[in-house]
Amino acid sequence: MEYKNVLTTCPFCGTGCGFFLQVLDGKIVGVLPDKKHPVSQGSLCVKGWNAHGFIYHEDRLKSPLIRRNGKLVEASWDEAIELVATRLGEIKAKHGPDSIALLASAKATNEENYLFQKFGRAVIGTNNIDHCARL
Amino acid sequence: MDQRLEALLQTIQKVLPDVDGIIGLKVNAAGHIAPHLFRKEAPAELDGLAIWPKYPTPDTLRLIQKAHPGAKLGMVVRGCEERGVVEMFKHAQVDLSNISLIGLQCTREEAEFCRCAKPYTAHAKLTVGEPIEGVPDPVTEGFLAKTREERLEYWKEQLVRCIKCYGCRNVCPQCFCNVCALEDEKWVGTGWLPMPLPPMYHLVRSMHMTAKCVACRECEEVCPADIPMAIQYRLIAGDVKEMFGYETGVSMDEKPPQLLVLAEGEFERTGLPH
Repeated sequence: MEYKNVLTTCPFCGTGCGFFLQVLDGKIVGVLPDKKHPVSQGSLCVKGWNAHGFIYHEDRLKSPLIRRNGKLVEASWDEAIELVATRLGEIKAKHGPDSIALLASAKATNEENYLFQKFGRAVIGTNNIDHCARL
Repeated sequence: MDQRLEALLQTIQKVLPDVDGIIGLKVNAAGHIAPHLFRKEAPAELDGLAIWPKYPTPDTLRLIQKAHPGAKLGMVVRGCEERGVVEMFKHAQVDLSNISLIGLQCTREEAEFCRCAKPYTAHAKLTVGEPIEGVPDPVTEGFLAKTREERLEYWKEQLVRCIKCYGCRNVCPQCFCNVCALEDEKWVGTGWLPMPLPPMYHLVRSMHMTAKCVACRECEEVCPADIPMAIQYRLIAGDVKEMFGYETGVSMDEKPPQLLVLAEGEFERTGLPH
């Protein structure tokens, strides 16, 4: 029998609210707001309160999916990244770097988003970068 | 170390050998505090024992008992948390037969933060700290000083800020229904903020808190819109006391009025005093 709370940052948007994941016998069973968190000060929005909901959800994707012959099939990360890199390379070679746009995510961290735009500008060579909050 | 914390630690160390675990609060390496199950297998964890800010620990007990129904547990309870587990026991949400309650008496400062009328435990056999008298609730008193029209305006202003996070419901140890009226489109519309009828959510919740609210004020603490909803619950608790002579947490045996079937006979309609 083990019950503990693990402090983490809400994955839903860029605000950075803090909450605890309640862990019972190694399984996440709920969210508790962190009363001493400098950003959220013990409050959460409806998304944060339900942030644990997807963890064990049956619809959660646990591996990349590649569309083969019109059907999505599970693939390894190496396969998926290889495919994306190859296709992006082909599109860039044929249509130029500005035929590609990148849409960053508020769910990712600052650092991930930094890397993402860097990838867009330095590797692909385009300034077509925007983020999901403007969708 | 704070004297009360030191005394609590000693009491927990005394109880721990005889139980499977003790529910209390623990501070993590970053200084953040949350409920925790202290176990004798990990005595060093007690170095992180903490007492404030408080958390809705009655719900922690419910969670643990759901997975381990027969576990012999200790639990640190403040007055409100003790009232919480007593009421949950009456609604068959927790079993108290295997639970040793360790009563932690609140300080004046803590009681004032919660505007608490009963910052002390009533049932716990082991207690830590000196019980103090209840403190006034200036927010509720301020509300009562308003006229009827002012009160309506007040609630309109307060409730329109609700972002419908469901935090007050989620954090409430007394909210354990499998089907929640607040998720019923008939009462609480979805898809709009402010809600089409802002008072509905809170009025439904107030109704459902009748003879259940233990005045822990966790709902107000988690509210991102600072809605002083405990005013409603406290006034209703006053009505329940007046009409049914029932106060939450006072007795282990007395059933709350909504679990009673009224005997047949003549009843006088008194109307609500507020």
